[in-house]
Amino acid sequence: MDVKRVKDYIYWLYFQYLLITCSYVLEPWERSMFHTITLTVFAMVLYTAYVFVPIHVRLAFQFFSQIFGGQPESTV
Amino acid sequence: MNHIVHNGGLYKRPFNEAFEETPMLVAVLTYVGYGVLTLFGYLRDFMRQWKIEKCQNATEREEQKDFVPLYQDFENFYNRNLYMRIRDSWNRPICSVPGAKVDMMERISHDYNWTFTYTGRVIKDIINMGSYNYLGFAQKSGTCQEAAAKVLSQYGAGVCSTRQEMGNLDKHEELEKLVARFLGVESAMAYGMGFATNSMNIPALVGKGCLILSDELNHASLVLGARLSGATIRIFKHNNMQSLEKLLKDAIVHGQPRTRRPWKKILILVEGIYSMEGSIVRLPEVIALKKKYKSYLYLDEAHSIGALGPSGRGVVEYFGLNPEDVDVMMGTFTKSFGAAGGYIGGKKELIDYLRTYSHSAVYATSLSPPVVEQIITSMKCIMGEDGTTVGKARVQQLAENTRYFRRRLKEMGFIIYGNEDSPVVPLMLYMPAKIGAFGREMLKRNIGVVVVGFPATPIIESRARFCLSAAHTKEMLDTALKEINEVGDLLQLKYSRHRLVPLLDRPFDETTYEETED
Repeated sequence: MDVKRVKDYIYWLYFQYLLITCSYVLEPWERSMFHTITLTVFAMVLYTAYVFVPIHVRLAFQFFSQIFGGQPESTV
Repeated sequence: MNHIVHNGGLYKRPFNEAFEETPMLVAVLTYVGYGVLTLFGYLRDFMRQWKIEKCQNATEREEQKDFVPLYQDFENFYNRNLYMRIRDSWNRPICSVPGAKVDMMERISHDYNWTFTYTGRVIKDIINMGSYNYLGFAQKSGTCQEAAAKVLSQYGAGVCSTRQEMGNLDKHEELEKLVARFLGVESAMAYGMGFATNSMNIPALVGKGCLILSDELNHASLVLGARLSGATIRIFKHNNMQSLEKLLKDAIVHGQPRTRRPWKKILILVEGIYSMEGSIVRLPEVIALKKKYKSYLYLDEAHSIGALGPSGRGVVEYFGLNPEDVDVMMGTFTKSFGAAGGYIGGKKELIDYLRTYSHSAVYATSLSPPVVEQIITSMKCIMGEDGTTVGKARVQQLAENTRYFRRRLKEMGFIIYGNEDSPVVPLMLYMPAKIGAFGREMLKRNIGVVVVGFPATPIIESRARFCLSAAHTKEMLDTALKEINEVGDLLQLKYSRHRLVPLLDRPFDETTYEETED
C-alpha cells in the first residue's frame, strides 16, 4: 500500500514539473527533447558541483582563517 | 487591498474589494514557462518554414511571399504556437439550453488541436459555471418560454427591417416603457445587439472636440465606440478615483491640446461590473466627481443589471443612488434576462435624439419579437409584477450563492479577484500549462468552466472565470467546490498567502466534518 502512495506522490511531482515548465502542452517528441536537454544541463551542474565545490570551499576556508588568524605558519 | 473605506459618508455599505498581489515565485515560474513555449514556438516556425513539418495554419500564397508579411507579429505567433496547443478548452459546442446544467458534444483531436472530430457522444448534465445566466432565466420551460412561444406564433421570428423603417413593433414600444420604469429613468431605447449598442451609440453622443475618460479595463465595445467617435481618449487607472480626478482637473485647466479651447463635452465611460476582474465601479465617488467637474457619465451595466441591488435594478440601486445622476445608463439583456440585445436609458431628450442619430437605430435590424417577449416576461418577473415572488427569490438566491461561493474559495486558499458581492469570480491560474490543464480536468469531473488567457488578460495573469447563477442550488455549488478543491490540490493552485480563518457561523453539517478530516 505504501509503495502505491510513494509512486503516486512521485507521479504528482513529475506532473508539477510538467506544469511549471509547460512541457504539459508540448507534443511527445518535443517533450522528450526538452527532458533530454533539462537532464543534460542538470547532470552537468551536478558534475561541476562535485568537481569544484570541495576545492573552492577549502581554499575559501584557508583564506578567511589567514585573515582572522593573522599568524603566519611557521616553517620549522 | 481596500477594506472598508468610508469616503466622507458617500458609501452606505462596506466596499470590500481585493486584488491580491502575484507571488514572486509564481511570476518567475510563469515567465520561465512562457520562455520555454516561445523557444519551442521558434523551433516549430523554423521547421514549418524549411518544410520539415507540414504547415497547417494560414500563410500567404507563394506569389505573395515577397509582400509585407501578414503573420509575423506577436499575436499570430502566440496564436499558432501557444493558443493552438490548448485550444480544446474553448469553442466547445453545447447542445442544450445553457442553464445550471448543460449538455456538451464530445470532441477529440488527433493532430494536437488543429482539427477536431466529434465522437458522437454527448456529455450530459455538466454543471455550468461559465454562462452569464445570473438569474437563471435561460430555461426551456416556464412562463417566459410559454409567452415567447405565443408571441412567436403571433409575430413570427424575423422583423426584416430597421427601427426607422418598418421594424418598429408595438412590442418594442412596450419593452421600452417597461425598461424605463424598471431603471427609474424617463425613457429608454432597445437595440438588437449589446456590442452594437455601445459601439454605435457612443459616436452619436460625442465627436471631435470632446474628451472621453475611459477606464483602463473597459470592454472592447466601449473602446471601439470611443475610437469610432473621433473624440480624444484618455485612460485612467482601473477604478482609481485619484487618477480620474487628476485627468478631470487637467482637462478643465488645460483644455484641448493645441488650441487650449475648453472641451465641448467630457464623457466618463465606466462599467458596473468588470467581467474579467469581478470588480464593481466606485459609483458614489464617480458621481461626486462628475458633479464637481460638470462632466457626463456613461455607465455600462452589462453584467450588473439584474445581478446587483436588493431588487435587481443594478449597481445604482446597489449603492442607493439616484438613477437620474447617471446621464446615460446602458445595459444588455443577454446576461440576466436570458435574451439578446441592449438598451440605453436616460432623459427623454437624449433618447429622442438617439432615435434619430444612432447608427444602430438607422441601419441595424431591430429585436426579434420572441426575444422581446422573453425580456418583457423576465423583467416583469424580477419586478414582481407577474404576481409571484419568484423574481425577488432569484435575486436573493444569487446574492447568497455569490457570498457563499466566494467565501468558500477564499477559505480554500485560492487567489480570487474582485468585490465580495460580484457574481463574477475570477480564480487566478497564472501559468500557461495550468490554463489548459484546469479546463480539461474540470471537464473530466463534469464541470464546465471558462478559462481566460492572453490577450483578454495581461500575459501572466491568466484566470478561470466562474459566473454564478440563481439557478445553481447549494448541492451543485458544493459539488463544484469539492471538485475545484481537488483540482486545486492536483495542480497546486492555492497560491494565497492570506489564509482566511473559517467563520464560525457556518452550520456544522456533514460537509464541515469532511473538510477538516483531510
